[in-house]
Amino acid sequence: MATQLLKPVNYKLRRGVSTTSTYIFMAAFLGYFLLPLLWLVLASTKTNAGLFSTFGFWFGNNFNFFQNLKDLFAYDNGHFALWMRNTAFYAVLASIGSSLISALAGYAFAQYQFPGRNIIFGFVLASIFVPATVFAVPLFLMMSKTGLSNTLWAVILPALVNPFGVYLMRIYAERAVSQDLVDAARVDGASELLIFITIVFRILAPGFVTVLLFAFVGAWNSYFLPLLLLSKSNLFLLTVGLAFWNSLASQPGVAQVLYILVVTGSVVAIVPVMVVFLFLQRYWQEGLSLGSIAG
Amino acid sequence: MYEEVNMSLRETSAPGSSTGKERPPTRFSWQRFERKSIPYFFLLPFLVGYVLFQIYPLIYSFNLSLYRKQLIGGITFIGFTNYLKVFHDPSFWEGIRNVLIFGAFQIPVMLGLALIFALILDSDIIKKRTIFRLGFFLPFAVPSVVAALLWGYFYGQSFGPIAQIANALKLTPPVFLTPRGIFPAMANISTWQYTGYNMLIIYAALKAIPPEIYEAARVDGASNWQMAWHIRIPLVWPAIVLTIIFSINGTLQLFNEPNVLTVVAPTVVNLHFTPNIYLYNLAFRNAEFNYSAAMAFALALVSGALASLVLFLTRRREKELK
Repeated sequence: MATQLLKPVNYKLRRGVSTTSTYIFMAAFLGYFLLPLLWLVLASTKTNAGLFSTFGFWFGNNFNFFQNLKDLFAYDNGHFALWMRNTAFYAVLASIGSSLISALAGYAFAQYQFPGRNIIFGFVLASIFVPATVFAVPLFLMMSKTGLSNTLWAVILPALVNPFGVYLMRIYAERAVSQDLVDAARVDGASELLIFITIVFRILAPGFVTVLLFAFVGAWNSYFLPLLLLSKSNLFLLTVGLAFWNSLASQPGVAQVLYILVVTGSVVAIVPVMVVFLFLQRYWQEGLSLGSIAG
Repeated sequence: MYEEVNMSLRETSAPGSSTGKERPPTRFSWQRFERKSIPYFFLLPFLVGYVLFQIYPLIYSFNLSLYRKQLIGGITFIGFTNYLKVFHDPSFWEGIRNVLIFGAFQIPVMLGLALIFALILDSDIIKKRTIFRLGFFLPFAVPSVVAALLWGYFYGQSFGPIAQIANALKLTPPVFLTPRGIFPAMANISTWQYTGYNMLIIYAALKAIPPEIYEAARVDGASNWQMAWHIRIPLVWPAIVLTIIFSINGTLQLFNEPNVLTVVAPTVVNLHFTPNIYLYNLAFRNAEFNYSAAMAFALALVSGALASLVLFLTRRREKELK
């Protein structure tokens, strides 16, 4: 498959028309990846009627974005604001918590020899490949029994366990943390915990930010488990709420006006993640490279 | 846990068990105790969470899958009967067939594109590479629900731009979400979302290749094509295999996109369109927890079998490359 796909591009490279045709090829795909997002942003500036009556890749007759925002946060007693708050609370706690836990565990695997190390790490590796579906039914029942269902903890607590994060942090720690540095600190009499907090953690920062960011995006964008575990509409996450509104909007004659709110809400939902990604790109690109070599 | 700590303490007192990194036992043994127990201390938060939210649910779910619950008669132990039932359930296999058809086309296209993009961005054929790299990756930051909503509108007749253009040209707008069309429609959504992510993984692996390797090949007069095929792809092969396995895992669990599209195409996306949709409907609409627990394990087995197959096939390819 890869052969067939590669041939045309590289064949042209040898014939010397490489640069122009590669630019055209890449620009076409840049359009493919970005135009739908442009459409979404443009759509969020229209009225609901304008959404249907004006061309998708240009502005509508009036610039309605701020009115849409107002309507979005006012609709249904301000549920959208609740969903944003829920999503932010969940994504921040789950990502920071799981990344700290992963950093500690990854460093332990990288730095120390201890009985049970290989067998525990084997379990961690294996669970990276277990489909999340397997956890859906038991987590749902466990959370119902313990009274945690329909609290945000039902989604936060399971998300604190991130085996892939542990794996990445171990690889990162093995490459980045110098044994001499740790030994020097030991000679100075620093405790292992102090060494971790004051020296190691700073070295692990790029790997940590990578794991943090991908955990944050994973949590912010998650849908399947939150859909199961949070059934009260004031506890929805953004993804669940938007899909819910969309299904209402699609019912004939009920609430077609919701389309513009779903569109505007979608724009609001993706902006935080994109901002975080673009701001932290130096960190996560470095961290990603370390993870993938070992992969 | 305590047992293991004790074990390591005993090991401390045994001669010759030293790992060579520690200081000689000149001081009070507190520091040695600390050194031996600290890895467990660091691991503790993870292990507690791991046992509570991964190991225990698995055991719980496996136990659940061995029972049957009926309104009359209550809960009965039925061994592996639920698994046999999954095996003979045409709806389950239809879902598996659907995601396999989907994956057989979508994964090669997506990863093929990701590989081409990564190879181009790792070379100096074009400039402004950062723009392309970030632009291609940006859809990954979009929640898959929003991606499905967005493309669902795109495909739609009411305000989708494709239908708008067709109408303006006095053509009949194409209908995308038909029983056959739903596959390319969903494949497009997944490709749009995840190509950039896979591209970055392969790109990061390419970046890690030491430049000396290329220089040696250049001296030998290798063309770009030969360099890519004989040097760069083999060297990043482990990263490619990783993206294949993750893609298969994700494909088998396809849920968000069809679940959102079911709103616009309810007749196309039925209640067992993918294994996860079937499981969702069984468990959370019909409360058939025992049966759906068995089905989840069956899905995990299919996933594991496919991952092993990929590893087996790629090992062979790896040998051919060497």
